[in-house]
This record gives sequence, C-alpha cells and structure tokens, in this order.
Amino acid sequence: MTRAIGIPWPVALTLLAALALAIVPIPETLRPARPEWLALVLIYWAMAFPTRIGILTAFVAGLLLDTLMGQLLGQNAIALAVITYIVLQVHPRLRVYPVWQQMIVVATLIALFKLLALWPQGITGFPPDSIRYWSPVITSALLWPLIFFLLRDVRRRWLLHLT
Amino acid sequence: MALDHRVNELQFVRGALATVTYPLQVAVDAPVRAVTRVFESFTSREDLITENRILRSENAELRARQLRFEALQLENDRLRALLNTAQQAEERVEITKLLAVDLDPFRQQIVLNKGRTDDVYAGQPVINADGVIGQVLSTRLTSSVALLISDPSHALPVLSARTGLRGLVVGTGNPQRLEMRHVPLQEDVEPGDLLLTSGLGGRFPADYPVARVTSVERPQGQPFLSIEAEPLAALDRSREVLLLWTEDIMSGIAPLDVDEEMETTPDAPAAEQEPDDEATGTP
Repeated sequence: MTRAIGIPWPVALTLLAALALAIVPIPETLRPARPEWLALVLIYWAMAFPTRIGILTAFVAGLLLDTLMGQLLGQNAIALAVITYIVLQVHPRLRVYPVWQQMIVVATLIALFKLLALWPQGITGFPPDSIRYWSPVITSALLWPLIFFLLRDVRRRWLLHLT
Repeated sequence: MALDHRVNELQFVRGALATVTYPLQVAVDAPVRAVTRVFESFTSREDLITENRILRSENAELRARQLRFEALQLENDRLRALLNTAQQAEERVEITKLLAVDLDPFRQQIVLNKGRTDDVYAGQPVINADGVIGQVLSTRLTSSVALLISDPSHALPVLSARTGLRGLVVGTGNPQRLEMRHVPLQEDVEPGDLLLTSGLGGRFPADYPVARVTSVERPQGQPFLSIEAEPLAALDRSREVLLLWTEDIMSGIAPLDVDEEMETTPDAPAAEQEPDDEATGTP
C-alpha cells in the first residue's frame, strides 16, 4: 500500500472549527457537558483517512487544545493520540458498522479519553470531583450521528479522490 | 506533562503555542462582542440619560472622597517619613477586558486581552471595583491567563477587618464560595466579617477587600473552625477587570494594623511572616 500523506484543507478546517467550538462560551451549568468536539472530528477523519490522519496530527491538535483550555501541556494531547491509535487499529471494522453501533464505540473511546485526561489531573492534585466530569461521554455519543453525516458530506464533496 | 507541572521551562513552549492559538480565541470572542455591541446600540435614549445622571452623581461623590483621600495620603506619607519606613509609591492600574472564551470547566480561570507587550507579569494581582478577583497565571504576547481566587489551587492570605485575625482564604471551585482555613476554634469570627488582603504573601498589596464571611461552624472534634465566605467581586460575571502593577512597591509594604509586634518592627520583610493562624486575634 502506498502511503498517502498531507492533510487536505477541509480536514484542517474542520479541526480548527472543532477547536473553536471547544472554547465558545456557553452557560455555566452546561459547561461540563460540552461535547469533545475535537475528539469526535479526529475519530471521524482517522476512520476515513487512516493513512493521512495519524497519531502525530492528533498529538499536535491536542497540544493546541491544551493551551486553549489552560490545562497541563500534553494532557489532552496524549489522550487524543491514544484514542486515535485505537481508531487506526479498528477502522476497517468501524467503517462498516451502522451509526448506532458506531455511537457505542465512540462513547467508549470518549470515556477512555476522559479517563486518560483525568489521570494527570489526579496526580497534580486537582481532580474534578463531580460526576458531571463524565457527562461529555453521553453528549458526544449523541452528537456522533451529526458529526458523521456532516463530515461524510464534506468528504464526498471535496475529498472523493483521496484515500 | 511532568515537566510542565514541575519546572517553568515549558512556559516558553506554552507561550509560543498560545500565540498561535490566540487568533482562534479572538475569532471566537469577536461575534460575542459584536452581539453585545448591537444590543448596546439599541438601548433607549431615556435609559442612557438616567444612567448618565446616576454616573454623574456617583462621580461627584467619588471626587469629593478623592479630595479627602489625597489629603490622607499626604498625611500618611508624612507619618511614614517620620517613622522612617519605606514610602508607598503610586500604584499603576490599568483596565483590561476578558475574552469571551471558556476554559477547563473544572478550573477557575479567565483570559485577559493584555499580555507581555503591556508589561503584564505572572503573579500580578487582578481586581475589580468590588474586590480581589485573582492573579495572573501565565502571560503571552498579547493575552494572559488569570487564576480566580475561587480556584481550589488558589490560596490568599487575608486578615479580618474587625479583629485583625490572620488566615488563609482558599477557593472551592465554586465562584460564589470561598473557605477560610486553619482558624483555631477559640478565635472570634462572625458572619458578616469583612476579609481584607493582608499583604503577607508578597503578591497582593495590603487592605484590598476580598470576601465577607457568610457562615461559621464549630464542628465537633475538629481542631479548626469551618468558615465560609462569599467573594465581594462577582467572579463569574465581570467583563472588565483591573490589573495592578505592584512590583516596585512591594518592598515597602508592611501590614499596618495587624498587631503591636509588627508595628514596632515595620521593616520586617512581609514574606517571612507565616501567613497562617497564629493567635493574633486581639483587636
């Protein structure tokens, strides 16, 4: 298999949009339940273009998210790299699942992501002590169909020629 | 991650990355600001006139007070000169806006639109008209991140305005609630007591209002009181805050009315005093 490289511009654009959505101000009570936009978008693109979107992309995007959120540098980056690695491993299976089954996988991946991000926070002494920390698992899974159909349209319109 | 937590070397990397992400923050902030501006332009003329009148009277009152304040400042300087202590220099204050972006929902942080190019430095006090807000955590080229006093990792040495009791105010993660820690059971603290910065930590100048005590409990079998306080500044609602430049005057800060010992040795460096709970509760 020849390895296609380079990140197509729609992918970069959607990643940027996901980063922006991560910091858009929303009401205080909803803030902990904010879906993990960046993780969702990365899961989709890693599934669609496993040769182009890899662990490095996920790591760099995660570093940007860390600086945007004012969190420990590398916390989101490592968690995103790990879940992208898992997606890369299972992408042939993930692609043929129906959407509701993909939602279950996404929920599991986001739960793993939150768990990996929780670990450094616990070590440095300020773990979030509320059960609401886990609410993005549910909201992200519920938003997966939206992300899936939206990004699939993007891919079909501009990126059909790519593998 | 360990490096970022332990040493400050990565501050540079973080700063560089943050300069890259700053346009994104501005892009997110811009529509929010535009919407508020549109709403502002629709306020009626009567509202503006009323507001203008209120502001005028308030301004007149404040200016009258300022006159007395200046006289007191002069008198204070003269007395300090007599006592041979360091002079309190003029403080530099600048207003700065918050960027309308959200950060980690479980930490209490805000983004300010002034950075290293405006001489902002890490550890700088952030206040507003009502009281202390927090301190600058990290700076970038044109923006900076501040930690609110309600963050669980923030502790602020305070003293009670009524009794002079010293203590430590720690955040709880809830912007409406602070805790005063390590106050012995026999101390005199009552709901309604005003807590001021004591200046002992070396970061904040003395005598800025911080919080008001809301409840005091004496839990059975515990060595310390359980004191809750409410911050005077609306931490989660203010859109504009003030940055204080205090670096050059901190050497001259000596807490004034803490207790007799301090007053006899006013030159003692403030930072060496333990900002804790020693029984100094005599007014």
